[in-house]
Order: sequence, then structure tokens, then C-alpha cells
Amino acid sequence: MNRQYVLKKIIYSLITIFAVLVFNYFLFRVMPGNPLQILMRNPNASAEAIEKTKELFGLNKPAHIQFFIYIKSLFQGDLGTSFLYKGQPVTEVIGSRILPTLLMIGAAEILAIITGIFIGVISAWKRGTKIDIISLSFSLISYSMPTFWIGIVFVTIFCVQFRIFPTSGMMTPGLSYSSFMGKSLDVIKHLTLPVLTMSLVLIGQYALVMRSTLVDVLTEDYITTAHAKGFKEDYVIKKHAVPNAMLPMVTLIAINLGLVIAGAIQIETIFSWPGIGRLMYDAIKNRDYPLLQGIFLLVTISVIIANLLADLTYGYLDPRVKSRS
Amino acid sequence: MKNSGHEMAYKRYKEFFNIFLHNKMAVTGAVILGVFIAIALIGPEVYPFDLQSFGTAKDVMNPPGTNHIFGTDDMGRDVLGNLIAGTRVSLLVGGLSTLISMIIGTVLGIYAGYFDNIFSMVIMRVTDFFLVIPWLPLMLVLTAILGTSIWNIIFVIGMTSWPGTARIVRAQTLSIKERPFIERIMSIGADTNHIMIKHILPNVFPLVFANTILVSAEAILSETTLSFLGLGDVSRSSWGMMLHYAFESGAASIGAYWYFLPPGICVVLLVLSFTFLGYALDEILNPKLKRR
Repeated sequence: MNRQYVLKKIIYSLITIFAVLVFNYFLFRVMPGNPLQILMRNPNASAEAIEKTKELFGLNKPAHIQFFIYIKSLFQGDLGTSFLYKGQPVTEVIGSRILPTLLMIGAAEILAIITGIFIGVISAWKRGTKIDIISLSFSLISYSMPTFWIGIVFVTIFCVQFRIFPTSGMMTPGLSYSSFMGKSLDVIKHLTLPVLTMSLVLIGQYALVMRSTLVDVLTEDYITTAHAKGFKEDYVIKKHAVPNAMLPMVTLIAINLGLVIAGAIQIETIFSWPGIGRLMYDAIKNRDYPLLQGIFLLVTISVIIANLLADLTYGYLDPRVKSRS
Repeated sequence: MKNSGHEMAYKRYKEFFNIFLHNKMAVTGAVILGVFIAIALIGPEVYPFDLQSFGTAKDVMNPPGTNHIFGTDDMGRDVLGNLIAGTRVSLLVGGLSTLISMIIGTVLGIYAGYFDNIFSMVIMRVTDFFLVIPWLPLMLVLTAILGTSIWNIIFVIGMTSWPGTARIVRAQTLSIKERPFIERIMSIGADTNHIMIKHILPNVFPLVFANTILVSAEAILSETTLSFLGLGDVSRSSWGMMLHYAFESGAASIGAYWYFLPPGICVVLLVLSFTFLGYALDEILNPKLKRR
């Protein structure tokens, strides 16, 4: 992979991150009805928090100095003080929530990628048959369902009707574990439904893209050549077609991150999963603007970096990319 | 000359409708959407509903019965009435925010495709910026700051969903610009605005149309999600608000399926109808897909 390509992508991402910082600055300070105006009326804002926020925003200073103060405190990791979690720094509140979200998203992605690729390959292989039509309808319907609604329906079926899984949280409250195994099992029990809901949203997308790429790949000359060599159909698909159809999946996983985050906010809300998504819901509900701002920055910058990584991986996997760009 | 042009256009529309009527997805989508539009237009007149008509304690969370076909909610209100009133809001939000997004996307896309100057570059950078930012957190933050009236929700959805359209329109404009007929018109001295409005826009429009329908589907899902997360307009019935109250009142954990199933199913059906229409139109109008 050439150096210029990497450099260009990195610089673009840095510019985008800077744009996000500027955007965020204007959003929370300059827009009509900005947090500071509402701050005084917020029942959850302690006098201390208001003082801290005012000081942080550098209210009585000129605009460009205010912007400089904002950037400086960002680099020092100071995102202000949460209203909801009285007096706690936003960075600390967010920090404690990252791991549960990563656990949930990670498990769901792995499940969705494996299942999605499997369904996609089958439908491309059996194009036009009943299996293909069923998986296509499944993808369309799962795309049309609000994620949180799938969660609500799952709660009613699996937690209320059949009582198989717990409705909320990450661990059973008040339970003491005799071993690490016991603790893990309890977490897995709580994790199952959120992960199922999340992967249901993603599987349709992965299956659709896998199918259409594979259909394209199957028309390529090297597939005809492989057939002419006398290889069996399933061998051609497994060894020749699928590896080449995997490339767009790399990009899709990165592009889908927006969808994953949207899903996490809704699913964590439904299942009271103690992650970033649930935190965002609580921040909105209590109009905790410093916290909301911090989560927005974290989420946006993570997505930009994920996109950068996807671009670089793609360039590494497909040598044609660098010559094209 | 003009007459024959009209005849040709007529023929093309006839041909289009022929293909359309033979496409199962398109017809299913159109029928479902038609039913919802009819409900939104006349439903509230035939089956009136007042959001403030709270029932007494014995009316709360009643399962479906003779008095209330779809049961009652946690405030003792009729679920069916709320559902019908909500149809109007969902379609209104979907329609208006899509209109905003379509106008912004088309104008910026044509400009960025037609001209090759610093502004087109800026437009494309801004488009990329909006494409990379995760949409739900952006909408949540914007609505939380602007306030949760229905007009703000429409504005926020419209302002955040145009980048996809802008990209498609730009790509299409770039290819149309290179075609000989544009060169011919330019050589007889037609001005730029004329070319863009009279010659490029009509050629871009079919694609915009198919894309717009898919944007509507996303707009309706967005409104539902925003409302569910507590950023909906509390003064109006909407499917998202119903789901919000259903969740907050714990309808799921007491098994009050009549409260949260109907609004969810309506959202799924409406979004599906738009998705069906969008895919079908894309298939009909997009020449690249025809060979498959």
C-alpha cells in the first residue's frame, strides 16, 4: 500500500474530526435555545455544576478565546461536569460505560457477520429460488422494524411469557458469585436478548450486500475458468467466489457503525444495559447537556476513526484501490 | 413538433404504468400506502379522538373489548383512536421532511455536479461530513437543543437526511453533463440556469424520485425513534409517542400487547410500503439494474 494513499486518508480524517469539534462548539453554545440558557431552569443542575460549566465555557470572554478554551479543555480530557451524576466529571461517567457497550456490540457484530454471510451466500447460490426470496423478504422486513420495537416484542415473548431471560441490566442485583464462571454465566444470560435484537437488525444488511456482491462475482471470467477446469460448484463458490466477495463487507462493517450506534441507543434503553447508549438516553431525558455533548463527541470521533481503519484495510486487501484514487 | 413530443411523453408514461402494474412489489407498496393516506385524510373525521380525554381508573390498560376494539392505554384513552390520529402525524413528518431533504439534496447535487469550482468542492466535503456522522446521535442532539415541537422534528430530519440524495444527483449530473445533447444546447448559447432546470433536472428526476421514497421510509423510522426516546411532540398523537408511553408505563412487562403491537405494526407496514415502492421504482427506472 503506498504512503500517499495512507497519508491522504489520515489527513482527511483529521480535517473531519476538526470539523466535528467546530460543529459541536457551535451546536452547544451558539444555537438558539442552547444549553446555557436552559441550564438555569434545569432542576438537576446544582449551583456547582452551573458555575463549573460557565467557567469551562469562558462565557465573559470574546468568541475566539472561548473557542480556544474549549479546544484546550478537550485536549486535557475535560468535558465538564455532569448534571445528572452530580459533580462527577463527564469523562469519568462515560468511561465506566464503554466496556458494556463494546461487549454487546462486539458479540452482536460477530453473530451478525457470520449469519449474514451465510444467508447471503446461500441466496446468491440459489438465486431466484424460495430460499432466496425468503431471505430477501427477511432482510426487507427486519430493515423496516424500529429496533426498539423488536426489543419490546422480545421482552414480552422471552421475559414475560416464557421467563427465559431477565428483562434488564447486566447482572442480577444482590447476587454474589461463588466463581468467575457463575458471574460470566449471569452476564451472558443478560446479554443474550440485547445481542439477538442487535444482530437481527444487522443480519439483513450483511446478507443483502453479500448476496449482491457474490452475484456480481459469479459473472466474472475467473469463475467461468474455474468451472471450465472442472471444479465442483460448491468448491468454486467456497474457494474462488466468496473470498473475493468479502471485500465490500469490510467497508460495510464500517459504514454500518452508524446503524450499530443507533441500535445500541435503542436496545440499551429497552434492556437497561449499562452502556453508552443507555447513558445517552438518560442524558436526553434529564437534559444533561455536558454529558450529551461528551457522548456525541466520543461516538462521532469513534465512527470517523473506524471509517479510516476500514479505508486502510480495504487499501491493504485490494491493491487496485490505491491506483484508482 | 410539440404535439409529437407530448405524444411521446404520454407513451412513455403509459409504458411506465404498464411495467409498474406488473410489478408485484410496486402494487403492494402502492396499495398499503394508499390505505394509510386514506386513513390519515378521513380517519380522524370518521373516528374522532381527543388526546386529552383521559379515562377513569377502571378504563386504564383495558384489553381489547366491545367498548374499545384495540383496548385502552395507561391513561384510559382509546388505542384505535390514537392510532388513527397518529397516522396523520407520521405521514406529515415523513412527507415534509422528505420534501426538505429532496430540495436540498437535488439543488446541491446538481450544482456540485455541473460546476467544477471551490463551492462544489465545499458541498461535497460537507456531504461527506454528514454521511460519516452517525445519524441518530446527531438528530438526538439537534432536537434536544432546538426543542421538541413537531416542526423542529421535521426540520431536523430534513436537514440531516439530504447527503445521500446529493451524492446520487451529483453522480447522475456528472454523467448527463457529458452527453452530446448538453453540448449542443451549450453551443447554441443557452444559459446555465436554463440548462440546469430544463435539461438536467428532468433527467435526474426519476432517480431522485426513487431515492426520495426510500428517504421517506427512513424519515418515518426516525420520527418514531426520536419520539420513543422522549424527543417527540407531546401535544400530538403519533405512533412513536404511543410506543414511548407504552414503554414508560411498562406495557411490555405486564404483557399489554394491544398497546405496543398496533403502533409498531403500523410503522413496519408504512415503512415496508415505501421500501417496496422505492425498490420497484429503482428497478424500473434504473437502466443498470435491468439486465439482472
